[in-house]
Amino acid sequence: MSLGSVPMKFKVRIDTDECMLCERCIENCPYGTYRLEGEKIHIDSRRCVACHRCVAMCPRDAITIEEKPIDYRSHPVWSREAREAIYNQARTGKIVLAGMGNAQDLPSIFDRLLLDACQVTNPSIDPLREPMELRTYLGKKPRKLDLHRNDKGDVLLKTTLAPNLRINTPIMIGHMSYGAISLNAQLSMARAVADQGTFMGTGEGGLHPSLRQYQDNMIVQVASGRFGVDIDYLERGAAIEIKIGQGAKPGIGGHLPGEKVGPDVSQTRMIPERSDAISPAPHHDIYSIEDLKQLVHSLKEATEWKKPIFVKIAAVHNVAAIASGIARSSADAVVIDGFRGGTGAAPRVFRDHVGIPIEAAIAAVDQKLRSQGIRNEISIIASGGIRDAADVTKAIALGADAIYIGTAALIAMGCRVCGTCYRGQCPWGIATQIPGLTKRLNPDVEWQHVANLFKGWTLEISELMGAAGINSIESLRGNRDRLRAYLLDEAMMNVLDVKPVGA
Amino acid sequence: MCGIISVIDRSRSGMDGSSIKKALSLMDERGSGEGAGYAAYGVYPDYAEYYALHIFYDNLVEPKVAVDEILRKWGHIEDQEEIPTVEQPDLRRTHIPWRYFFKPDISLMPGSRTPDEDIVMKLVMQINTTIPGAIVFSSGKNIGVFKASGWPEAVADFYQIEKYEGYIWLAHNRYPTNTSGWWGGAHPFNLLDWSVVHNGEITSYGTNRRYIESYGYRCTMYTDTEVVAYLCDLLGRKHGLPEDLMVRAFAPPFWDEIDQMPDEQQRLNQAIRLTYGSALMNGPFAIVVATAEGIVGFTDRIKLRPLIAAESGDRLYISSEEAAIRRMEPALDRVWMPKAGEPVIGRVRI
Amino acid sequence: MRKEIVIDADGLHYTPLNKKIRSAVQDGVSQIRIDNVLGQRFIADGLKGEVTITVNGIPGGDLGMFMSGPTVEVFGNCDHAPGNTMDAGEIIIHGSSGDATAHSMRGGMVMVRDDIGYRGGIHMKEYGEHRPVLVVGGNARAFLGEYMAGGLVIILGLQEKRVLPDRGIGSGIHGGEIFIRGDVPERLLGVGAKKAEATEEDKARIIPFIRQYAERFSVDPSRLIEDGYTRITPASGRPFANKYTWE
Repeated sequence: MSLGSVPMKFKVRIDTDECMLCERCIENCPYGTYRLEGEKIHIDSRRCVACHRCVAMCPRDAITIEEKPIDYRSHPVWSREAREAIYNQARTGKIVLAGMGNAQDLPSIFDRLLLDACQVTNPSIDPLREPMELRTYLGKKPRKLDLHRNDKGDVLLKTTLAPNLRINTPIMIGHMSYGAISLNAQLSMARAVADQGTFMGTGEGGLHPSLRQYQDNMIVQVASGRFGVDIDYLERGAAIEIKIGQGAKPGIGGHLPGEKVGPDVSQTRMIPERSDAISPAPHHDIYSIEDLKQLVHSLKEATEWKKPIFVKIAAVHNVAAIASGIARSSADAVVIDGFRGGTGAAPRVFRDHVGIPIEAAIAAVDQKLRSQGIRNEISIIASGGIRDAADVTKAIALGADAIYIGTAALIAMGCRVCGTCYRGQCPWGIATQIPGLTKRLNPDVEWQHVANLFKGWTLEISELMGAAGINSIESLRGNRDRLRAYLLDEAMMNVLDVKPVGA
Repeated sequence: MCGIISVIDRSRSGMDGSSIKKALSLMDERGSGEGAGYAAYGVYPDYAEYYALHIFYDNLVEPKVAVDEILRKWGHIEDQEEIPTVEQPDLRRTHIPWRYFFKPDISLMPGSRTPDEDIVMKLVMQINTTIPGAIVFSSGKNIGVFKASGWPEAVADFYQIEKYEGYIWLAHNRYPTNTSGWWGGAHPFNLLDWSVVHNGEITSYGTNRRYIESYGYRCTMYTDTEVVAYLCDLLGRKHGLPEDLMVRAFAPPFWDEIDQMPDEQQRLNQAIRLTYGSALMNGPFAIVVATAEGIVGFTDRIKLRPLIAAESGDRLYISSEEAAIRRMEPALDRVWMPKAGEPVIGRVRI
Repeated sequence: MRKEIVIDADGLHYTPLNKKIRSAVQDGVSQIRIDNVLGQRFIADGLKGEVTITVNGIPGGDLGMFMSGPTVEVFGNCDHAPGNTMDAGEIIIHGSSGDATAHSMRGGMVMVRDDIGYRGGIHMKEYGEHRPVLVVGGNARAFLGEYMAGGLVIILGLQEKRVLPDRGIGSGIHGGEIFIRGDVPERLLGVGAKKAEATEEDKARIIPFIRQYAERFSVDPSRLIEDGYTRITPASGRPFANKYTWE
């Protein structure tokens, strides 16, 4: 017996009084939701993913999209998602794949942390008229300085500093590879980070020649598939990041389907056209922590100890101990990706159930490194679901040096978080390699949007710091006294080392 | 808001506490009568080789028995007594101030370059965190801190500070914000050789505290100033930074200023900011730090709190207000306002 | 009728001191001399009327705060914020003064022989007939004229070795003008401030004050009048205009 069809996810309607049959919706929808039938636009709502491309392009605001127009009988346990996953798997016997970050309705810790401001006992600082320093250096710092005085009494520095990345704002863009996203998307973001004095990651997709102009602001990635990795690539990056894991799918590898591997992607990844690019779950030269040290050393040796090496891990239960091991591997920064981290495609069961929130991970890692006296050995970069300047500020107050955004940068270029990246037909020209779609994203326009996002957040962080009477980001970092917990349980507050509101 | 004043006689001539008492009282407008205190260097010449441990006891039974035991375990108590005090009508006695003259047994701290200090620091942290009813508030050699909740005059008269002679004095008139005026929260804060008086509020306290606690220090006084004493001990004693560079770490130049420095200076200042970013102090402050060798005064980087320096002969004065200095010495050779973040240093002549 | 009294402020709290001043003014006294001043705050606080007060000693902060009319001449250094939110009258300081000198001043004049501290003239403003003037013979520290909304600040820079104010001059300035003798490098200007060489017309506005200064403190005015000045003014009357977007 057939399982039949599940209720449609979206119902699309066009207000015929407004519609002028310009057919832009038809042109813009790559999923074939619309077609012209005589004097009327016919709608196949089942094809709609709610990417809102048609809504954004309709000149008359004639389109409305209703989510879940028909619901199941409500039941607290058997949610719509639970039931539909079963229908899906009953039909296919396969792993359910999903896009973007964790979609479970779990409370955000960030939303339950509140920031402080000055009143009377110290003055808040207006960042418009007094200095406000967000400049951050990422990398290893000495534990203490070795100084000596010469005959003239001048103090001379004997300590040599390890290479650090200088960022003008504590916000960077994490690794989204060419292949997963379009070259135009990468170009837009690269120009934005170069303009703002910060960095972005290449992902495990190599470095396309047209991105070389921005290479001083790019962090190249070495992941388990080693795609695109050669000495030229390593030398071009401002820093090198070893990707161990990812918050959206901790513990498993990745898979770029062959249909996305066109001539250009083939060239930058250095794999044959149309072949699948499979990133194994582990690096097969790293089966233990001492092997990680080998890879870090090998990368440093290859690049003559001139570049900081980052190691990215997913935030998992034992994240603090793992980060502490990484700090001893001579890596310069550890990137921790929380369970809300986004991705083009991940098994739903991983995306929604594996890993821990970034807030708890930052707190645990920072505390562990401090208790072992090795916090200066390594910088902490936090990522995974950072949505706004408040999240950034709270992440830093918990102990992060800087953060990576991913989804937020895509949203700045038009992404509507429809979560259908894995289809490869992104109507916004972001998560696609189809030329007709990628050309929709104009780097000469979109870079400005990404840069504006950085500017706006940076202004807001400055204001929040100023209100807290802090004019240098060092004094925000790990300053958990300036956070209070609202509606968090005591155990959580202990992990975060944050007092409740009113205390 | 708080008022601070300090003086050093570079020739090590002794000054009794009577004139600094008058100077401090002149700044009563800056206090609230909930805390005042004095630190004096050179006050115990007969016990110059011993650590003078000043302790507030809640009673002389359980806490004192515990402290006596731990001190005897770690060294030798040469002498001990209740610190002589005279009851004052408007000073409520909530603790018993006691002093020990103590010599640590350095054989118990092998492998340390500074075993005496390391033992005393450890004992201070241990007593303050584990023995209820005992707070060590002064632990240097030939140094005494005298503080309580009350107006400056009452506190001075309570301890009869005019009977002590020191070549360095630090004094503080408190207007508490972080904690109510309990005795332990009054300034000066002291650890070993370091004493600190502070006006302002350190907005980076959380960062500074977590940094210093990763080096074994424990903050127990519920106030931001305590962390300054510990930071001085870490950077100044353990890491060996000279005073001016220590202050540079606490209140460094802005990046745009560093960017314009000549190469060598740029490298040094960048290294200081990178290495000691967590020791940077933010928010409004004016601070004077003393050691047996001298005093250093400095303010926050954008000068949100007042600080005036003055000289008269061998004496260097640093205070929140010029009027307070003139109360001690009307005829000054020179009066000036130090620049934000730049230290004023007065050293004894050797 | 010219009446004069002398008050000995030795050990006197500021409240009884101000009470004496006020009752003397009410009695029609036109000259008050206060001797042995040491640390008393709020001298002439909120005082109205036409009286000249001579202060001998080191007054505490907020001298002449909210003052409207009197002249106060101080022979000694002043603490923080002399002329704070003052409306009219004059404060003449034979010495230096602390931070936030002339803070939020709306009218009258503060004239300092030597240096002033940080944030001099911060948020000075003008309204209608009120236009405050701050004249400094020496130098000023960082954030001079910060947030300034009106009025006139003149820095003569008369110290032996020429020193300039530190960073952030006119940071957030959206009204009024700052004159500094000599050139000022661009990097010292705060956000929202712009500079230009003062024209003859500009200078004509400050010369009367330079003459007053020279006369009061017995300095030769000719060089001060001949020299060039940098005039610092708001780049825009709305420094925050480009900061916000609607939700």
